[in-house]
Amino acid sequence: MEEVQEGASAPSVHGHNIKVTEVVIDGDTLTFLIVSQKLSGTGEYHVYRIYEDLEWLQHHLFSQEDVPGIQGVIFPPIPAKPQVNASAKVMKQLGFLGLGEWQPYCKALESFLRQVASHSVLKKSKAVEIFLTSADPPGRQRVRKNIFNRLSQAVGEMRKEGHKDVDEFFQAARDQNLIITGCTKSATERFLDVVLTEQKIAVACGHFSAALHLCVEAGEDPDKQAFSSICVKLSEVFESIKKNMMSTAENNVSTLGLGLDLESRYQEAEKEMLFRRTCKLAELETARRNAEKAKPVKKAAMEEVKKAAETEFNHICGVAKQEIARYEAARVQMLQQALVQWCEKQLLTARESADQFDQCLQGFRGMA
Amino acid sequence: MATSSERSPPPFPDSEDQDVLDPEDVGGRDSDEEDGEDLFLSPSDPPLADLDTPLPLANQPIEVLMTPPSDIMSDLLIEPISCQSEIQSASEVVTEPSDDFVDLTNNLTEEAADNVAAAAQDTAIISLDEPSDDFVDLLGSETEALQEEAVVVVDVPADTATDKSEGMGSDTDPPGEGKEEVEEVEEVEEASTAAVFDLIGDSGGESDSNTQQSPGIDTFVDPLVDLLSDTPPAAEAQKPSMATIDLFNEDEGSDLFSDPLLTMSARQPQKSLFGETDEDLFGEPLGATSKKTINKEQKDKTVTIKAAAVGGGINITGPLQEINPAEAGDLFTEEAVATVPSVSSTSTVNSKTNGVHSEEETDIFAEATVELSLDSPRSERKKEVMAKPSAPAPSLSATASLAKPQSAALEEMDEEEEEEQEDQFEIFVSVKDPEKIGDGMTAYMAYKLSTQTTLPMFRTKTFTVRRRFSDFLGLYEKLSEKHGPNGYIVPPPPEKSILGMTKMKVGKDDSSSADFVERRRGALERYVQRVVNHPSLLQDPDVREFLEREELPRAVSTQALSGAGFLKMINKATDAVSKMTIKMNESDVWFEDKLQEVESADQQFRKLHALVESLVVHRKELSLNTASFAKSAAMLGSAEDNTALSRALSQLAEVEDKMEQLHQDQASNDTFSFAELIADFIRLLGAVRGSFDHRIKAWQRWQDGQAMLQKKRETEAKLLWANKPDKLQLAKEEIAEWEAKVTQYEREFDRVSATVRKEVIRFEKEKAKNFKRQIIKYLESLLQSQQQLIKYWDAFLPEAKAIA
Repeated sequence: MEEVQEGASAPSVHGHNIKVTEVVIDGDTLTFLIVSQKLSGTGEYHVYRIYEDLEWLQHHLFSQEDVPGIQGVIFPPIPAKPQVNASAKVMKQLGFLGLGEWQPYCKALESFLRQVASHSVLKKSKAVEIFLTSADPPGRQRVRKNIFNRLSQAVGEMRKEGHKDVDEFFQAARDQNLIITGCTKSATERFLDVVLTEQKIAVACGHFSAALHLCVEAGEDPDKQAFSSICVKLSEVFESIKKNMMSTAENNVSTLGLGLDLESRYQEAEKEMLFRRTCKLAELETARRNAEKAKPVKKAAMEEVKKAAETEFNHICGVAKQEIARYEAARVQMLQQALVQWCEKQLLTARESADQFDQCLQGFRGMA
Repeated sequence: MATSSERSPPPFPDSEDQDVLDPEDVGGRDSDEEDGEDLFLSPSDPPLADLDTPLPLANQPIEVLMTPPSDIMSDLLIEPISCQSEIQSASEVVTEPSDDFVDLTNNLTEEAADNVAAAAQDTAIISLDEPSDDFVDLLGSETEALQEEAVVVVDVPADTATDKSEGMGSDTDPPGEGKEEVEEVEEVEEASTAAVFDLIGDSGGESDSNTQQSPGIDTFVDPLVDLLSDTPPAAEAQKPSMATIDLFNEDEGSDLFSDPLLTMSARQPQKSLFGETDEDLFGEPLGATSKKTINKEQKDKTVTIKAAAVGGGINITGPLQEINPAEAGDLFTEEAVATVPSVSSTSTVNSKTNGVHSEEETDIFAEATVELSLDSPRSERKKEVMAKPSAPAPSLSATASLAKPQSAALEEMDEEEEEEQEDQFEIFVSVKDPEKIGDGMTAYMAYKLSTQTTLPMFRTKTFTVRRRFSDFLGLYEKLSEKHGPNGYIVPPPPEKSILGMTKMKVGKDDSSSADFVERRRGALERYVQRVVNHPSLLQDPDVREFLEREELPRAVSTQALSGAGFLKMINKATDAVSKMTIKMNESDVWFEDKLQEVESADQQFRKLHALVESLVVHRKELSLNTASFAKSAAMLGSAEDNTALSRALSQLAEVEDKMEQLHQDQASNDTFSFAELIADFIRLLGAVRGSFDHRIKAWQRWQDGQAMLQKKRETEAKLLWANKPDKLQLAKEEIAEWEAKVTQYEREFDRVSATVRKEVIRFEKEKAKNFKRQIIKYLESLLQSQQQLIKYWDAFLPEAKAIA
């Protein structure tokens, strides 16, 4: 229930307008330029970070042992590790984020950092401050170690997934999360397919347009000239069809695509949080059983353990409930925004294309 | 245009009948003419002997002319006059020469007939323009003056005809196509030759009347005075023609009503002759006929007019070549005024010849052929007109009335010609309702073939038949067999598709099979439409049968892998081999360039086709992906707890569903607007290459013929050396035979070349037009789908905003 921890302070930057303005590709590594505005007024922090820094940040967020109920927090999901010249499998994992020249990835990163910096609990972490403001890259030395509980999670998952919850709210949340995670994932993937196909069409249109240019025949013959000009015009038409497709695809990615991707990752994060809580619940239940069965000698110790687990569990539940409510509101808003933006952008593109096509059509009609 | 001449028979099926009837008309006319002559001689008495007399006139001059070919001119000039005198006395002679005359006349008449036909227009105009009132008065006087001339003219033609009856072939031939048609016309009008013969007879009769009426001129003095201005023109017309013999080549012969005939037969000799003849004719005829002051005046005027006429004639020639009604009309009207109706008939003949000449000489084959095809009806009309002139007074009004119908008829013809241009748009063939008939491996697809047309060649405006795919192939086989060797580009049908057919037969009802059927249906429709859009192919009886006949005999040898098909494949292979081995020495840069263009266009189109096909594949994929996205969006919506979001997501699913349809339509639009269009053109380019191959084959035949001729000549030389006269004769005959063949082959090659050229140009025009049309259609649908998309988004936006 308590959010404010002694010693912790809000970061010295605005959380809502952190930007990832640049991505530098150096060999196999991507370096991101992160810009944040100082709270104190004018001035910006410019820091260069690599993906390992992000992992460091996340690890520190996870492992804030001193924050009660930290496990109940839905940690903002960190995008998958980007790779230059990634294999098809990695690209598939990246989904929308792997498209284009990493702009979608930067967007995702940006939104991750904003979420962290605006999160009522997480923003108080020192790591955030360091990550955003320190000129030196933070702990690159501890790169590998911080995949802390994921493995154990994966092992225990099968067993604890179906664990009956004592709280109906959380049981419902878990069930809902399970369903919707699958749906969102599949929707995201399908939508990605759509975008990929649109890109293919754009490329095909480009080829066709280029090939049409080769059909142009020189000569004085009016018929030939007529045909040539038809080819040139048609090539223009296909060029604009190509542009239309490109921008349609881009719109898809930049709005709904990213929205669905974020949603999907967030749901994963929620799932993890719920799972952590379920683990805690299981732990608590064991402790209770142990306390009941315990011999009088150990009873006190057991009771102690039980009590500690209970408090922690309650903390977690409290935080989790808040987090879930916050997340529900946020995701609806986020999705709504994505849908509205998507719709508006597509409308704009469609109108522009319609105008262009109309012009082309008039051009053709006007031809002798 | 050559095609139009071939076509002409159907539009005028009656022409021959009418020709047959002509003789009767002629007969009637004869009597009429006699009456006319009577009028001149003694207004009420009709001397039946007149008919005969004219003939002698013609015959005699002819004979005279025949004998001294070079001196003929002077003789001719003199003779007409003498003839007249003779005619008066020598009506007995008539019978004997008549036979000869008939022959001569045949030659003449044929030419004349042709010419006449062409000139029919002119005559019509003339008749229209005639001031009927003046005409009545003038008739007497005019007839005299003109008749004389006419006589002369007739004689000259006869002579020239005789001379050239042999020469005709070569002289007239130069316009190859035109000549062929002329020959046809001649055949058609053999019947009409009699009529022409009559005409000549008429003119002769008129000449009689002239001679006889020379005294009667006095009576007409007043009219003549009035006419003088008019008559001179007539004289002009004739004189210029003579004077302008040189001009004939330039088509100035328009003025030369009498001359055209001459030019027809003896162009070169005429020059010299005419130079002399002109003056002589004018001087003498006039002098002979008119010893009166008026006549002298005429002379003077005629002389002056000659010059003027020559000038005028020159000016006029241009228009005449084009058969400009207005100017021609003026000339002719004057002439007509000058000449009595009966004479006018002769004049019309001449004038017609003029017209023909101008056309032939100008090489306006297209027009010439078209008009020639119309000849028979015109000639009939002419004859009618001529018949009427024979009775001067009544005829005047009659001619006027006739003239109108004629002109009207001419207008109709013009309209028809125009229609030919627009024909393409007056027949629409649609292929619909593909239907599977039968089961198993004997199953086939039948299509409904509906034709909508306003063309008169079809009995009804709309008709529908059922055809199966092999029928379409059968049509192509027939057409390409018939027209391919002539250099025509026969539009090819879609290929047989074993895969598609097998799928269809097996009864797989998936989308690819439906797609196949639809593609084929579209291809068949475009194929048939291309065939009927081709002006020559549309005339083919097989095409009409294909469109109209209820039951077609089963097309054979179209089986995909039947024995015949296999044979065909082998043939094609050998063709390809010979194509490679025949190294054609391409002399025509145009063809060389075109062939290269076609080759590169073929490659380009193939590339384009592949690109469009891949585009279509992607579009289909997009449609599929959109569909699956719609499905998962719907699932997401149903899984969503937030009601507003859930609602919006299911709306989104619906929108995506609609978009899927849109993408699908776009895919098929791409397919049918571009992929199929391009596939069509790849096929057509194949046909174009085929026509090139046919041209090369024709060339090869010609070369082979030449080689053979060379060989024969060598044998002849050898035989000559060996001194074997008996075999030499044979060799000579063979050489003659091969020479003929070689010229024929060469002509065929030229013809095929010309056709291929025309067809390729037509193909290119069609190509540009077709593409433009298709692209416009494509863009229209693209625009439409884009607008539909806007609508969808517009509808979805409030839904998205409603989430909160």
